[in-house]
Amino acid sequence: MRLLVAMLFVSTAAPAIAQDHSGHAMPSAQSPAQTECEKEAERHRAMGHSVPEGACAPKAQPTEPAQDGHTGMDHSQMDHSQMDHSQMQGMDHSTMDHSKMEGMDHSAMGHGTMDMTPIPEGAPPAAAGSGPPRAADAIWGADAMRASRNALRTENGGMKVFWFQGDRAEYRAREDSDGYLWDVQGYYGGDTDKFWFKSEGEGAFGEQLESAEIQGLWSHAIGPWWDLQVGVRQDLTGPERTHAVIGVQGLAPYTFELDAAAFLSNKGDLTASVEGELDQRITQRLLLQPRAEVSLSAQDIPELGIGAGLDSVELGLRLRYEIAREFAPYIGVEQEWKVGQSADYARLAGEDPSVTNYVVGVRFWF
Amino acid sequence: MSELLVSRRRLLGAGALGAGALALPAWARGADLHGNESIRPGFDEVSGRDIALTIGEGPRVVQGRRGHAIAVNGSVPGPLVRLKEGQPVQLAVTNTLDEDSSIHWHGLLLPFQFDGVPGVSFPGIKPGETFVYDIPALRQSGTYWWHSHSGLQEQAGHYGPIVVEPAATDPVQADRDYVMLLSEFTPLHPHTIMDKLKKGEGYFNYQQNTWTDDYPLSGEDRRMWARMRMMATDILDVTGSTYTYLANGRGPEEGLEFLFTPGERVRLRIINGSAMTFFNLRIPGVKFWVVGADGQNVRPVEVEEFQIGTAETYDIIVEPTGEARTIVAESMDRSGMAIATLASRPGARASVPPLRDPPLLTMADMGMNHGSGGMDHGGGDMAGMDHSAMGHDMPSQGAAAEPMGGMDMSGMNMRDTSKLPSDVRIGPGIDMVSMNPVDRMGDPGLGLDNVPHKVLNYRDLVALESNDDLRRPSRQMEIHLTGNMERYMWSFDGKKFTAVSDDPIRFAYNERVRVKLVNDTMMAHPIHLHGHFFELVNGAPADRQPQKHTVIVQPGGSATFDLTADEEGDWAFHCHLLYHMHSGMFQIVTVAPRGNQPDVKRVGED
Repeated sequence: MRLLVAMLFVSTAAPAIAQDHSGHAMPSAQSPAQTECEKEAERHRAMGHSVPEGACAPKAQPTEPAQDGHTGMDHSQMDHSQMDHSQMQGMDHSTMDHSKMEGMDHSAMGHGTMDMTPIPEGAPPAAAGSGPPRAADAIWGADAMRASRNALRTENGGMKVFWFQGDRAEYRAREDSDGYLWDVQGYYGGDTDKFWFKSEGEGAFGEQLESAEIQGLWSHAIGPWWDLQVGVRQDLTGPERTHAVIGVQGLAPYTFELDAAAFLSNKGDLTASVEGELDQRITQRLLLQPRAEVSLSAQDIPELGIGAGLDSVELGLRLRYEIAREFAPYIGVEQEWKVGQSADYARLAGEDPSVTNYVVGVRFWF
Repeated sequence: MSELLVSRRRLLGAGALGAGALALPAWARGADLHGNESIRPGFDEVSGRDIALTIGEGPRVVQGRRGHAIAVNGSVPGPLVRLKEGQPVQLAVTNTLDEDSSIHWHGLLLPFQFDGVPGVSFPGIKPGETFVYDIPALRQSGTYWWHSHSGLQEQAGHYGPIVVEPAATDPVQADRDYVMLLSEFTPLHPHTIMDKLKKGEGYFNYQQNTWTDDYPLSGEDRRMWARMRMMATDILDVTGSTYTYLANGRGPEEGLEFLFTPGERVRLRIINGSAMTFFNLRIPGVKFWVVGADGQNVRPVEVEEFQIGTAETYDIIVEPTGEARTIVAESMDRSGMAIATLASRPGARASVPPLRDPPLLTMADMGMNHGSGGMDHGGGDMAGMDHSAMGHDMPSQGAAAEPMGGMDMSGMNMRDTSKLPSDVRIGPGIDMVSMNPVDRMGDPGLGLDNVPHKVLNYRDLVALESNDDLRRPSRQMEIHLTGNMERYMWSFDGKKFTAVSDDPIRFAYNERVRVKLVNDTMMAHPIHLHGHFFELVNGAPADRQPQKHTVIVQPGGSATFDLTADEEGDWAFHCHLLYHMHSGMFQIVTVAPRGNQPDVKRVGED
């Protein structure tokens, strides 16, 4: 194969191939101690310990030691204390073959060109100029460039997105009359700031809407996974109340989707709710989704049947199949409990504080 | 020795198609594709000092899948532009679309105003307009490509190859010379893909970990990934679930053939013209030589496989034996492949290997380098080590069988923003900070640590000819590649282009700077600087550091290059994954005007 290599190249290139190691010669005066230091440092680096650059070098470096980074090195300066062992926990040393490393070929290490002085970091020199990039204006004119500059800015990171999700749109079979539920949300906006809307409602067939609400929120990214949401909620049933809303929505560790919000109504009532969902993939398209929702109240609100403290708890389990990512029918079961005073209110109204729903529905988004 | 070299060298630009379909005339077609005429696969060739290209659009069908395409001179890829070193060329590009368009000449050294990036180098080409790129005598030779730099047109088919023939004898001699341009076809509109990426994380990934998968992940590993809110299977954002992978515009079942006669030496110019795909290219059972990278000759490296990032090019020499050999370009996530056949006669075929198991991200990809994949070489001064001589092929990153290498992850902060330099903007756009970003230029690429044959890595690349600027860099800078997978935000230094469009990266004219790219994400990014070649600080001797226009920065790791900023003007600098760029991973590099400074010797000049 060596012949082939040679044949690949015209004769002028041959010296280049032949000179493989010519630039790597180690200074002959190098002391054994220096090599040991380098070897040691190399072993540590190979193990993932950070050995500071120039650990084998003397503190006072000659500037630009031409073609000989080793001359005058003092290896007593090698500072093992700077190696970071803290990240070593659980490290599996057995996978490292130290025996192989003994055969390390220093002759191939390019020490001849090594220059241990660090290259300074810093701002660009004055000659680099300043101000916005406008070189093309001088050639095509600022007017001609304006539209494409603006487009470029929008196109590379400035896009806005509209999203609408029907998280739950379902038929609910239960002991009394069967019912329905919707739970939708969506947004329009950029990566950091969005207008977010939510709507949730339920009822029984043939009866008046049981409950319904709509929220309009400004949603602002406060971290990689979390949005702060502030806005207004309007109840569409019962005593039609308006609430101020503050909440957070996002992805918690272990990929729990959380939505927690507090509501202050125009009657001064303070309530809160926390929702959590977890998508568990069984196959690439079949998912099991446990879901929990807890409602809280700071005070009794008899006209709404809400008691102070823990108001209600819902636990659900839905099994969905993603025909497409955007369209996934599901079946499931959801258990609702009214708790404490809220349960008493329910019983007074002749309702069962504990209801089991067998649900069939579809989760969709676009 | 020159006499030994063959005189029967032939240049066959376009890949020859079997069964007679190949006699495509080299005339440029008009672009009126509004009839029912479908866009052709494969490409013609255009050459000379005056070249006309017409951007059009129309329906396109690949293996029965139908979509809309943007095509230049009526084909996808568009024509092979064959140029000659030392000669000037005028390229007149006519846009018949009803939106602005452009052509960027990827890898060509030229005045910045003809680089073809709307909003940076010129205003773009309006509908119905013809723009003439007036390029002075070419200062280089080799394999390059061109593509649209407007919106997401590149995904739709707006790309093609460039071959610049050297003025002197080509040091790489071959009997046959073929271009193999890799890309993707999707029936989806590119904006639809962007939209899905923004809304549904993992939308295109049908290789996710599930209760029923057979990934070698322990329960503990799975909980750890879930705790981080990330996926070990997040290898490519857009996958074979929508892409049909193409070689010269043809799907794997459409029989792209490169003919050879046994005993001949075949040069393949591999171009990754895809929007979003890293490919692993191999010719099962055949060793080959890598002789060029990003158009620049390198000392031949014998390998059996290499990973090619989006926008990179590699020239290889292969001496195929037998009746036929399959060239396999498998997507990095192994969700599909592009196929071509080296055939000794039309119609000859070799077996096509099945897709290999999808890889998983490892500890090294999280920026925790206790394994071997990235050893801390401390900024590259030590990088002269010959790894092949060091017996370092340890079971990389704990091997696929144990992707976590038994690491106890509890208590590790995956987003320790105190590790970031002060010029990185910390915010929702950063979901991870690499804990220990080591130089990973010795890494063969995701999923190729444990294959039983030699795979190319950047440390194997050594320039064939001496570089022309041997100055030590006068300063160094660090640029962090940052992102948020969940929100699909991508940026440099935590700042999307929208935040820095008036605040470019500045260089003085002829300044020599060492640039370290630190990847604080779990995705590999092919980073491209327009208008320049930079030299990888990969351990090669200073005068032989390989010159490239695009460098892959491995997840959680770093890559370093030396740049001589000697091309004045404004230049785009971006991740070449189209939807990463479109999400903000884009910047402008400004090289100050030359002024009264003396001329500098440039690459390829005498």
